Amino acid sequence: MRIVQLTVNGVSHEVNVWPMARLMDVLREDIGLTGTKEGCGEGECGACAVLLDGELVNSCLIPVMQANGSKIVTIEGLSGSLQEAFLQTGGAQCGICTPGMIMAAHALLERIPKPMLDDIREGLAGNLCRCTGYQKIFDAVTLAAKSA
Amino acid sequence: MATTTITKTEKLVGKAMRRQEDPRLITGSATYVDDIQMPGMLHACILRSPHGAANIKSVDIAAALAHPGVAAVYVGKDTEKVGPVPCGASLPGLRVPHHYVLAIDRVYFIGHPVAVVVATDKYIARDAVDLIEVEYETLQAVTDPEKAIGPGAPPVHPEWPDNVAFNYHQEGGDVDTAFAQAEVVVKQRITSQRLIPSSMETRGVVADYNTGDKALTIWSSTQIPHLMRTLVAQMLGAPEHKVRVVTPEVGGGFGSKLNVYAEEALMGFVAMKLGQPVKWIESRRENCMCTIHGRGHVDYFEVAAKKDGTILGIKLKLIQDLGAYHQLLTPAIPTLSVLMMPGLYRCQNVRADIVGAFTNAVPTDAYRGAGRPEATHGIERMVDILAAELKMDPAEIRLKNFIHNDEFPYATGTGLSYDSGNYAAPLHKAMDLIDYHNLREEQRQARSQGRLMGIGLSTYGEICAFGPSPATPAGGWESATVKIEPSGMVTVMTGSSPHGQGEETTFAQITADELGVGIDDVIVLHGDTAIVQYGIGTFGSRGTAVGGTAVYFALQELKKKIKKYGAMLLESEEVSFSDGVCVDHKTGKSVTLAEIAGASHRAMKLPPGTQPGMVETYFWEPPNFAFPFGAHAVVTEVNRETGDIEIKRYVAVDDCGNIINPLIVAGQVHGGVVQGLGQALWEQAVYDDNGQLITGEFMDYAIPRASMIPWIETEHTVTPSPVNPLGVKGVGEAGTIGCSPAVVNSVVDALSTLGVRHIDMPMTPEKIWNLMEGARA
Ligand code: FES
Ligand code: FES
Repeated sequence: MRIVQLTVNGVSHEVNVWPMARLMDVLREDIGLTGTKEGCGEGECGACAVLLDGELVNSCLIPVMQANGSKIVTIEGLSGSLQEAFLQTGGAQCGICTPGMIMAAHALLERIPKPMLDDIREGLAGNLCRCTGYQKIFDAVTLAAKSA
Repeated sequence: MATTTITKTEKLVGKAMRRQEDPRLITGSATYVDDIQMPGMLHACILRSPHGAANIKSVDIAAALAHPGVAAVYVGKDTEKVGPVPCGASLPGLRVPHHYVLAIDRVYFIGHPVAVVVATDKYIARDAVDLIEVEYETLQAVTDPEKAIGPGAPPVHPEWPDNVAFNYHQEGGDVDTAFAQAEVVVKQRITSQRLIPSSMETRGVVADYNTGDKALTIWSSTQIPHLMRTLVAQMLGAPEHKVRVVTPEVGGGFGSKLNVYAEEALMGFVAMKLGQPVKWIESRRENCMCTIHGRGHVDYFEVAAKKDGTILGIKLKLIQDLGAYHQLLTPAIPTLSVLMMPGLYRCQNVRADIVGAFTNAVPTDAYRGAGRPEATHGIERMVDILAAELKMDPAEIRLKNFIHNDEFPYATGTGLSYDSGNYAAPLHKAMDLIDYHNLREEQRQARSQGRLMGIGLSTYGEICAFGPSPATPAGGWESATVKIEPSGMVTVMTGSSPHGQGEETTFAQITADELGVGIDDVIVLHGDTAIVQYGIGTFGSRGTAVGGTAVYFALQELKKKIKKYGAMLLESEEVSFSDGVCVDHKTGKSVTLAEIAGASHRAMKLPPGTQPGMVETYFWEPPNFAFPFGAHAVVTEVNRETGDIEIKRYVAVDDCGNIINPLIVAGQVHGGVVQGLGQALWEQAVYDDNGQLITGEFMDYAIPRASMIPWIETEHTVTPSPVNPLGVKGVGEAGTIGCSPAVVNSVVDALSTLGVRHIDMPMTPEKIWNLMEGARA
């Protein structure tokens, strides 16, 4: 076990964890932020997406040791027009992919503030959703870009 | 801007209300099973068979037990008395293998559970699983259902060497005469491949046993909390009233969680043994291996017709890949295909024979559409094949054979009574939207340039709103309780526990309209057997049509009581109730719902023959299924060099009866269509000859990604169902059912100039490329 320091959503945490523990598990179980979800544990679905020092990562693939000293933003740390847009368009159904989807959409809009449909398609290609068929999620991102 | 502002008299049913459940979903504050943490909670990990078929010679758990942090390890003989895993379906002569929760001396499919390790931490549990030594004697496996029932196949269950679980025959009309009179007969072998449902939340169970109360609580990601409670209590020999099942947020199901699995009972067993809470979360690989698969059909269709395209008769020989066991509904699923096989067409002469084949694979069971997509895919392919044979337009042949509007209710040759329909309307609308006639002209030009452009139609029907109890294994009714609290706020409890369908919104819309309150004055509770009256669940597109109707009827009962209290308070004989107030029209005096609710709880005075309080419960038994329908139209172009298929237009016109919430309906159609595209183009669960699952993760099992899908244009026609007072039919599965035949018909149309007449799914670029190469050769 080892002490790891993480700043999550602006709050500093020191946690005593297995160095190879998945960042996802530490966020969910040790820090108690369960908004980050596990969909596959293999880097294939994006449900566990968080921002690590500003970059979109799949937290199931990151050993916590590697994140030592970094700044992390999870779904609990976001608020604003993007989430509001998901409400407006009906971008969530079962909701399990939604936190990761919103994190990916957030990262996309940081990169491309006014994305075209194909930008959105590509930008969200790492995030699997089995419920929505993605269309209302595209609508949400388009709406968020408009209202930003 | 957040919510549409609604005054009390404005009706909410029919409005695109934003979903009541979404604020918690978009902020990450919803609680799914894996989000539950309890003091002293242990973690379970399951050792599973790496072989498709093998005898277990020995299992050595010593090293795992000695591993620091391991609390217990259980093997098959420890849990011999638990279970069996239940099969709820019955068919004449059905062979039902005893399905132990842990394998005893033989494993039957890859992923078959062999042992469970319980430890203080999930990493420790996972590590300790690797310390269990199992000696296997591998056996020959069979995973192809046709080979399994053919000569010389290894027996899946030694006691039934022919691998036949059941034979089922159904017939209507006079098939032999129809075929004798036919001017043309077309035949085709059509497969509906095995699919992995792949809800994005895997399954998961938390179990906690209170040793003082001798009461077990199970949190499970399921579509059927009450049925699970009944069945898990049976499996554990526990009294049902001391078992509580809680279904927190459920991250998708699509039928795969319409089941009771070994793990629910297993975790209950562990919690009862150890007196400590235990959690098991399925990994994605386990989900691919051990949660039920869908489809798995080999269908031999024959259609007899006249030269003018009139369909006279349909024959179907259906081989259902069952897998090694029956899960809850496994053998019943193909019987639904038989019911649906005539589609929307006026054909009474139908004959179907099903062979249920055991294979060394995980069981198949209900997956979005459950039997109806297979049937629809078959008949919609056959109609196109017949049209091609007769050189008729695919739209024309459909219009010629549709059941007429004045024939409803229509008794089908398979014993159903279609409730209402106007089958030509969505087809015409889809053709208009896609500009069908100009498209055909465009196609002629494309062909003259050597481009492979295709136009595909499907006109589907569906059996929804499951269903009348005599036609379902576990009761087909649904329940609702509506309570008005002393403050006038409203609590609805539905037995139809949802998993993404938005019933907290649609049921609140229905309630708000009936009681004249705002949507935020209503809360919809579900999924906890300690809170909610017995219910059946959400599947078979029944949530709104059956569950919503139960809410509606509970509200009607409640309104009678409201009026009695209103009359008493107003000291009047004649009051009416609407928009949240009771009014005496003679005096013009009124009382509000909140005043009435308060008075009913204080009970200073009671209307004659009326109890205090403001609660009504209704169990609604539907008199029939409901039958949605629709038409999908798809334009594709095939790349001659690569075999890639581009979907250029996708139009879906669905008729699901009245629509409660267009936002939710559109989402259901989009999601359904994309799952249909998955089947048509990419997805297939592949086992090799040894029973190894080759597609065991998202790297190999290709569910559609955002970058892969076309824009879906949705429209509706509205033909209310007479089966329920809401006039709704159901929409959860429609998109999936309409999609795959439309896409395949489109691609076959594109390749028809090369002589292609049928393509089995998934239509991967490799398959298409090979077809084109074959045509060139
Ligand atoms: S859980 Fe991390 S990518 Fe799927
Ligand atoms: S909303 Fe269910 S997986 Fe995306």
